[in-house]
Amino acid sequence: MDSLYLAWRYLCFYKVRSFILIGCITVIAALPLALEILVNESERQLSLRAESTPLLIGAKGSALDLVMNSLYFSDASPEPITMAAVDQILESDLASPIPLLIRYRSRTFPIVGTTLDYLDFRQLEIKSGNPFSLLGQCLVGAEIARQLDLGPGDHLTSSPEAMFDIAGVYPLKMRISGVLAETNSADDRAVFVDIRTAWIISGLGHGHTDLAKSTDESVILKREAGQVTANAKLMQYNEITEDNIDRFHLHGDPVTFPITAVLALPHDEKSGTILQGRYLDQDSNYQIVTPAKVVDSLLANIFRIRNVLDAVILMVGTATLMALVLVFSLSLRLRSKEMETIFKIGSSRATISRLLGAEITIIGCLSGLLCLIIMLLLNHYDVELVRRLFI
Amino acid sequence: MIRLSDVRFCYPTGEFRLAIPEMSVAAGEKVAVIGPSGSGKTTLLNLVAGILAPDNGSINIAGTDLDRATDQSRRDFRITTIGFIFQDFGLIDYLDVLDNILHPYRITSSLTLTAPIRQRALELAEQLGVDARLKHHPATLSHGERQRVAICRALLPDPKLILADEATGNLDPDNKQLILDALFEATSTNHTTLLAVTHDHELLGRFDRIVDFRDFLVNEPEAS
Repeated sequence: MDSLYLAWRYLCFYKVRSFILIGCITVIAALPLALEILVNESERQLSLRAESTPLLIGAKGSALDLVMNSLYFSDASPEPITMAAVDQILESDLASPIPLLIRYRSRTFPIVGTTLDYLDFRQLEIKSGNPFSLLGQCLVGAEIARQLDLGPGDHLTSSPEAMFDIAGVYPLKMRISGVLAETNSADDRAVFVDIRTAWIISGLGHGHTDLAKSTDESVILKREAGQVTANAKLMQYNEITEDNIDRFHLHGDPVTFPITAVLALPHDEKSGTILQGRYLDQDSNYQIVTPAKVVDSLLANIFRIRNVLDAVILMVGTATLMALVLVFSLSLRLRSKEMETIFKIGSSRATISRLLGAEITIIGCLSGLLCLIIMLLLNHYDVELVRRLFI
Repeated sequence: MIRLSDVRFCYPTGEFRLAIPEMSVAAGEKVAVIGPSGSGKTTLLNLVAGILAPDNGSINIAGTDLDRATDQSRRDFRITTIGFIFQDFGLIDYLDVLDNILHPYRITSSLTLTAPIRQRALELAEQLGVDARLKHHPATLSHGERQRVAICRALLPDPKLILADEATGNLDPDNKQLILDALFEATSTNHTTLLAVTHDHELLGRFDRIVDFRDFLVNEPEAS
């Protein structure tokens, strides 16, 4: 008996119907499994980074936005605080502060303004080149380097915050000093610059020709008491080079300059507790959070949503299975003439059952195979997928 | 070849009754069964094929008493001894012509599909003029071609008896003659018995004998 052969011919002849059946079963089988893999990977990635970050200080507001921006470089920028927050921690001698300014982007990649301490804290290794040591230099994550085919000596330009703001800050062309080794974390998709470079990107600092020595009078608005004021014709540099680095300067007191958060690394557990206590004051403009707790609370919400999703998938799965049973029973009715012929030629009813069984087996096997392929692909790309989709 | 004695049959609904006191068909004989609709012609074929079991009487086909046989042995007997030709061809639409001809070998363990059988299928297809259409599906064939494929399928297991139920009913006059030619030629070569239900009186002259179900008289055709 060639039940499998006949079943295969039947499925091949009615390709669209078979494809839809196989697709439905595959989706219904793969959906909960895929959800499980992705949620588990999200949990792993979120928890891992959160647990390795002891304390985070930022402006009062959404703790989740603060954590997501500071740890995973999400778009949601928290309200800025000033560098005074860093000095405050230094003065307390309870922890080592690492300032973060994560607001600007180069293409779609976040620019992380920080200090070299960040590299030590995250144990980031430099795969090629050197860390940023001068203004205008940047260190790119492994994925950016791979995706844009960049290496030390190449350039990346910061994106203007508002494309049509012609009075806004000019984009800064940054020289890549090095490329980080892959970490399978948000650091792979970030551009790291010195905090002062980030301030220059924000417009708090700039570089231009020395007006005192300028011979071009058309750029001078007025000269009085040793102070020279330029007009809008004065060209600002949009790249920091060895030749013009000395002409770059920041305007104002750095203590008042903005940052989005401070990573606080307590010297010990007791120092951490004391430090947290100091930010409990209701009148304080700052909040101090333990990223692991914020992420745990986020995960609890995700699990609640997942339970709802599981129930929805279960209901959709049941409905789909019922629809499949209906499809098969209707198909049997449509094939009654064929069954009658087979029976008259000399087959038993069991043969007809075997034929249907073979069709269901093939559909089940192909769906299972497809599901397996999807799961293997998902398992292989889950780290990347979760990072792109959820974090 | 076929011997029916005092056969009585009634469907469970009780609406239809058939009584055949005596009927026999010799081996190699070509017999036409005629009669008005509902007179029991198709029921006769189903009884002879062992699809239906008589309420009373005996049916002996090629030495086998079908009325005493089990369902399984009747099915085995049917697939190895009888070839069926249907008015609506009964081809499987998702199989191509060659697979349709080989179909009986794929649905039962009583027949084994071997290389010589495949060769014979090709020869039959050539004999009946459908060898150029082996990879086509039934929907792409003309009615005449479909019936020729159905004849190939019926003849492939080399049956002793062919039962044809209105085999030319769906065909135009030219095709009727062609199909009958093909059927007669194929059955004559193998000395196969043919029991054919038909409404087509133009074709009756070609049969050895006519069984009229109207009054259940056995008539000899007039010599032409």
